[in-house]
Amino acid sequence: MSRPIIEVSGISKRYALGEFGFSSFREETEKWVRRLRGRAAEATLPATPAEREFWALRDVSFSIQPGEVVGIIGRNGAGKSTLLKILSRITEPTSGEAVLRGRVASLLEVGTGFHPELSGRDNVFLNGAILGMKRPEIAAKLDEIIAFAEIERFIDTPVKRYSSGMYVKLAFAVAAHLEPEILIIDEVLAVGDAQFQRKCIGRMQEIAQGHGRTVLFVSHAMTTIRRLCQRCVVLEGGRLRGIYPAEEAIDHYNRDAGASDLDVDTDPLPRAWGSTGEEARLVRIRALGDRGLLFGEPLELEFTIRVRSTIDAGMIGIAFNTVEGSRVMTLDSDADGRTLRLAPGLHTVTLSLPSLPLSPGRYYCHAAIGQGRHMCDIVDNFALWEVHPGGRNDWESDRAFGGCRLRSVVHHRPASA
Amino acid sequence: MPPASPEIEIRIRARNGWLWLDWRGLVDYRDLLVLLVRRDFVARYKQTILGPAWAMVNPVVTALVFGFVFSRVLGVATDGIPPSLFYLCGLLGWNYFNQTLNATSNTLRGNYGLFSKVYFPRLVVPLALAVSNLAAAGVQLLTFTAMFLFTALKNPEFAARPGWGALLLPLLFLHLGVLALGSGLFLSAVTAKYRDFQQVAPFFLNLLMYVTPVIYPISHIPERWRWLAAVNPVAPVIEAFRATLLGTSGVQPGYYALSVGVTLVVAAVGVGCYQRLARDFVDYA
Repeated sequence: MSRPIIEVSGISKRYALGEFGFSSFREETEKWVRRLRGRAAEATLPATPAEREFWALRDVSFSIQPGEVVGIIGRNGAGKSTLLKILSRITEPTSGEAVLRGRVASLLEVGTGFHPELSGRDNVFLNGAILGMKRPEIAAKLDEIIAFAEIERFIDTPVKRYSSGMYVKLAFAVAAHLEPEILIIDEVLAVGDAQFQRKCIGRMQEIAQGHGRTVLFVSHAMTTIRRLCQRCVVLEGGRLRGIYPAEEAIDHYNRDAGASDLDVDTDPLPRAWGSTGEEARLVRIRALGDRGLLFGEPLELEFTIRVRSTIDAGMIGIAFNTVEGSRVMTLDSDADGRTLRLAPGLHTVTLSLPSLPLSPGRYYCHAAIGQGRHMCDIVDNFALWEVHPGGRNDWESDRAFGGCRLRSVVHHRPASA
Repeated sequence: MPPASPEIEIRIRARNGWLWLDWRGLVDYRDLLVLLVRRDFVARYKQTILGPAWAMVNPVVTALVFGFVFSRVLGVATDGIPPSLFYLCGLLGWNYFNQTLNATSNTLRGNYGLFSKVYFPRLVVPLALAVSNLAAAGVQLLTFTAMFLFTALKNPEFAARPGWGALLLPLLFLHLGVLALGSGLFLSAVTAKYRDFQQVAPFFLNLLMYVTPVIYPISHIPERWRWLAAVNPVAPVIEAFRATLLGTSGVQPGYYALSVGVTLVVAAVGVGCYQRLARDFVDYA
């Protein structure tokens, strides 16, 4: 084995809780005065008592060989983002050390530093430089980047006139043409419409596999993890659970997954795929009924939406993905061609099914509000919901049911001899 | 693509100590510096009708108002120099200092979005501001030159001439730039930690202008208050602007040397505090 390209040894990160934000000068002065008065007794107390501390990472160590593509997985709050931030040098660890042997580029967001007044071309240079590229490198790749983003005609237009789709495409294109030895990526990789997303994932695969580059990659999408990564670092509550081959790691991850509440406050959740939730926002999603989600039983989902500017031809949709990441069912309010008109204010929309066809199991749920082809609001993974078998008892049999098991119209006619 | 460059090794760990300047990183990111300067410049003047000419309007109008208030109404002497020229010359340095300090004093909080997503040497951003403000100073210098020629042609008795010292002008700007950057970065660091200081920069600059000989010559300060100009590191530099461009004789080498010393200390403290805060301010912002 050669020398590891990334060596993380005993990294810990502590945050102070409570006064999490900026402390004010007064507080700090008071602390000082108290410390002076109380002399020894109070001064010897630790600055942040244990109950006001939070360890986002605790004693995490692992090493990665050159050319490996390694996933970082774990529940929300497991410490993935903190680990990325430390390895990207955005913040410092409280203790421990990490050694990176090579040029590093990290993508925690696409389009960092884009300036609305500058043209697409200028922004490519600026963004590239922020990500650590040299001017000649960017110039050499400029045509490739523009072609990848599919915005040749608009490259000299200020990006403030771009549609949000064009904007993220250009931003991703810059990121996709970085050539560091170590690439650190958060779940931003696939952006834009479905077709462009496939292109993004294809490009990621190329970067990850084709060029012998070392990639660290955080994602919730197990299909992508499985497709891209050989090994995964599994984090749990800030500690390292282990570093396993991808399949085994995904097993661990799924086993830890506890099902979420059926009533979800989606207002504070991060928005996905470049949507903002400005015009219309999903603020609450819940499954009605008090028996939980049961296969074969009626399903009623209620969405609470806050609308800021009128949506003329609106759509509410929800999608269910298996824990492996395959989408097995979607419900869209416009499936029959009818759209919703939503005036500013609060609305509730319910989607219901007479009989829930999803096979028992756990599903990651994603929801969205759309207007025509434009997605106003997308919340990915807002919940992990469990579907229970309901009254049926044939689930124990060996039949492979697949994602959905639907009731069909059955005609039986004995074919007499 | 080589699997790893043996020459690059990045060590990430909790650092102690305050002064830590990554020269190599700064040199590596010089292209970013150039692009940020360009961005600042474009962003400032895009969609304005006058564009960079705004950098001319501001000092000219200010000089006219000063001329009216201080020279006509209050009768403040201007060392025998026509008032508008006198003020324009003082504002040349002062505006650069003022704008740079103001702009850099918000570096950390103003760039939170950027700093929380990507690493690059954090000093690049304020350095770019200090450089891009030079553009406005250049326009002002042209304005001053035009005004100077106009006055000299119109009035044959006007005897003030720039000396060879005018060649030192870039050094004077450098001096002010370093001083503004140092104080701006210091303010930026304390504001990142204590919001209270957000109010300080504009307020402080407002007052500082009055104790700095922008609208009056240093020679006009009564003897027993002269020390005020000595402890104010901006004062000798503004006076030096007039000495080099208008041939006045207000600069005292002792004061100037003191100002250089103070500037270096301020710069070291400012950069040190800024670097210290930049290391983990995203955690509590």
